[in-house]
Amino acid sequence: MMEISNLSKTFTLHNQDAAVIPVMEGANLTVAAGECVALTGESGAGKSTLMRMIYGNYLAASGHIMVGDLDVARASPREILTLRRHVLGYVSQFLRVVPRVPTLDVVADPLLAVGTSRQEARARAGAFLERLNVPQRLWQLSPTTFSGGEQQRVNIARGFAHAYPAMLLDEPTASLDPVNRETVLQMILEAKQRGVAIIGIFHDAQARRQVCDREVDVGAFAPRVPA
Amino acid sequence: MSEGWNKMSDQGQEMDAYNFAYLDEQTKRMIRRAILKALAVPGYQVPFASREMPMPYGWGTGGVQVSAATLTPEDTFKVIDQGADDTTNAVSIRRFFERTAGVATTDETAQASVIQTRHRIPETPLTEDQILVYQVPIPEPLRFLEPSEVETRKMHSLEEYGLMHVKLYEDISRHGEIATSYAYPVKVEGRYVMDPSPIPKFDNPKLSDCPAIQLFGAGREQRIYALPPYTRVVSLDFEDHPFIPSKADHACDLCASRDSYLDEVITDDAGGRMFVCSDTDYCRTRRASATPGLNSPDMTEACS
Amino acid sequence: MTPLLQVRDISRSYGPRIGCADVSFELYPGEVMGIVGESGSGKSTLLGCLAGQLAPDAGEVLFDTRAEGPRDTLKMSEPERRMLGRTDWAFVHQHARDGLRMGVSAGGNVGERLMAVGERHYGEIRTQALDWLGRVEIPDDRVDDRPRAFSGGMQQRLQIARNLVTGPRLVFMDEPTGGLDVSVQARLLDLLRGLVREMGLSAIIVTHDLAVVRLLADRLMVMKDGRVVEGGLTDQVLDDPQHEYTQLLVSSVLQV
Repeated sequence: MMEISNLSKTFTLHNQDAAVIPVMEGANLTVAAGECVALTGESGAGKSTLMRMIYGNYLAASGHIMVGDLDVARASPREILTLRRHVLGYVSQFLRVVPRVPTLDVVADPLLAVGTSRQEARARAGAFLERLNVPQRLWQLSPTTFSGGEQQRVNIARGFAHAYPAMLLDEPTASLDPVNRETVLQMILEAKQRGVAIIGIFHDAQARRQVCDREVDVGAFAPRVPA
Repeated sequence: MSEGWNKMSDQGQEMDAYNFAYLDEQTKRMIRRAILKALAVPGYQVPFASREMPMPYGWGTGGVQVSAATLTPEDTFKVIDQGADDTTNAVSIRRFFERTAGVATTDETAQASVIQTRHRIPETPLTEDQILVYQVPIPEPLRFLEPSEVETRKMHSLEEYGLMHVKLYEDISRHGEIATSYAYPVKVEGRYVMDPSPIPKFDNPKLSDCPAIQLFGAGREQRIYALPPYTRVVSLDFEDHPFIPSKADHACDLCASRDSYLDEVITDDAGGRMFVCSDTDYCRTRRASATPGLNSPDMTEACS
Repeated sequence: MTPLLQVRDISRSYGPRIGCADVSFELYPGEVMGIVGESGSGKSTLLGCLAGQLAPDAGEVLFDTRAEGPRDTLKMSEPERRMLGRTDWAFVHQHARDGLRMGVSAGGNVGERLMAVGERHYGEIRTQALDWLGRVEIPDDRVDDRPRAFSGGMQQRLQIARNLVTGPRLVFMDEPTGGLDVSVQARLLDLLRGLVREMGLSAIIVTHDLAVVRLLADRLMVMKDGRVVEGGLTDQVLDDPQHEYTQLLVSSVLQV
């Protein structure tokens, strides 16, 4: 489902004498449908950078990032937008939403984007929020005012609302209490059973063992000639 | 008409102080050209080089110039102001042409060949032998909503008249009905939207299919426009708020007419009032011909 | 799929000074594109050229018309272009007073475009005006008030209703949230996002506010000195800017 080959990334800092900083080189990674692969490596090794490149948020310097039939490293913005809408989900660590939009609509948003009716989208959004124990009285409020844990659960509900065939999870269980942590892990396992290909970052080693089939140390993709 | 003009240019040298009908022949030619163009493009506002006239703007300088360019020595001239021949404005314009053109004047609509008017169309139906000249203060019907002349001209040329209905919409939303009661906008031959000058909307139907030539002159705004005989003129409206040419629901207290446009006249400080025809000639003619008993002398006095 | 708009090599100079130069891009149905850059970068000149308000010196603006498919709007007759301007196109100005008739009621402002395309039933016009006021969250009882009596945010929402009532397919927006309080901006952005999705609108938004494009735009073009220096997915351009100027621009603002 996802196949990364010979991927590299550099940052050019024009405002600091055009310093070129290589951050990744020769990255290779394959994730099959129904498989969950954990990215490991110390802080700053490039786990998030790799995830962002797969999502099209960072540009690749060279190499290929196949998600389904699309090479994200070469795709046009329009193709990436379609990919994000239908194929590739992303649960980031932080919730970024338009202030004032009710939680229920924030979660229903990805469903509306693929053409689900408003009524059905809201119903499914509600089911996810309920499962993640976000009290119903909060559904009509904007999540911008919520606590960190609540925001994280809204973020997860939003990420899982549409059944993407491929997903990127950045610390999905961080800042969750044990009960909700367990629910999220359960959701990941269910997604795997549906055949979803998942790449995740989990600092929580126990969670990693519970849901991941393999671990890939991103440190192996570090550039050989550091700047 | 053309016969008279030729005659005058032959006699041009014999006039001592003034040319016939005040304007010099060059100016008249220029205005006649504008009139002919206006007749050729009904409802279109033709710019013309309006002259200074010996009266202030707002006193009918546009109408006076059109009349001056139209009159021939054989014409019989009538002037009305709000339907009356004897108000200051009408009297001074009539006197002006008596002096500068020496034409015959009349109060009788049927006798006149050229009628200059402010704010009314006579009740007596006009004929093919007559020319009606309107004094126009603001010729641009779109002006109140669109201040830019460049833009309004473009709107006319491209037939973008949605804005005219915005004005009527505003009327209905504010008053529950189209409250515009005078200067009610019309569309001419399905093409140009035109301001009919501040005549009451009661007169609007008379604009259409009229046997007489109708000329409109705006002196300060320097525009002439026209309706040739038998032109189709439609008052703008909405499907669910159709145009209604309303008048006071009353009969004339002098001539008992139910069909003519009425003025409300306050007769005393106690709130006494009466309704009388605004067209004084029409009212007088009706009283002279029939309906005895209604026109008591006191009432005539009260209204004059 | 046919692009809704294909812009090719648009250039416009003011004497020796470049307004914008060699701008090309495609916009697909349902896409929202942001154009950012500082004052004088040429973004407003470009928007004017695209929307038919300014004549470019060179280039083509092909719009996928309903009747005849893609046509160069710059070669259209003026009546055709103006017709487009009140049917399939909409323009939201930065200052509501440039886009509203301040002397006409809110209902009349919304109804104008309907009347301009031939609607002649007062009741129908009013019903649609009220419906649109509701959609932009202006209470029914303000329908007969003039925009002068409205707050800045409300005026801007009225301007949007007035523009969208005829169901346009392409909306040009020039700093639509400029000059509004932050909280009012958020409400407007949310409203715009909802309308864009519901109506399947395509939009081109010119702004200097990176937070606005982050929330509204799928794609982004960065302009400097009249030229496009960088373009791409909005979040990619903002999070991984490639061009020197974009890096400066992104690092100059508070975190968005």
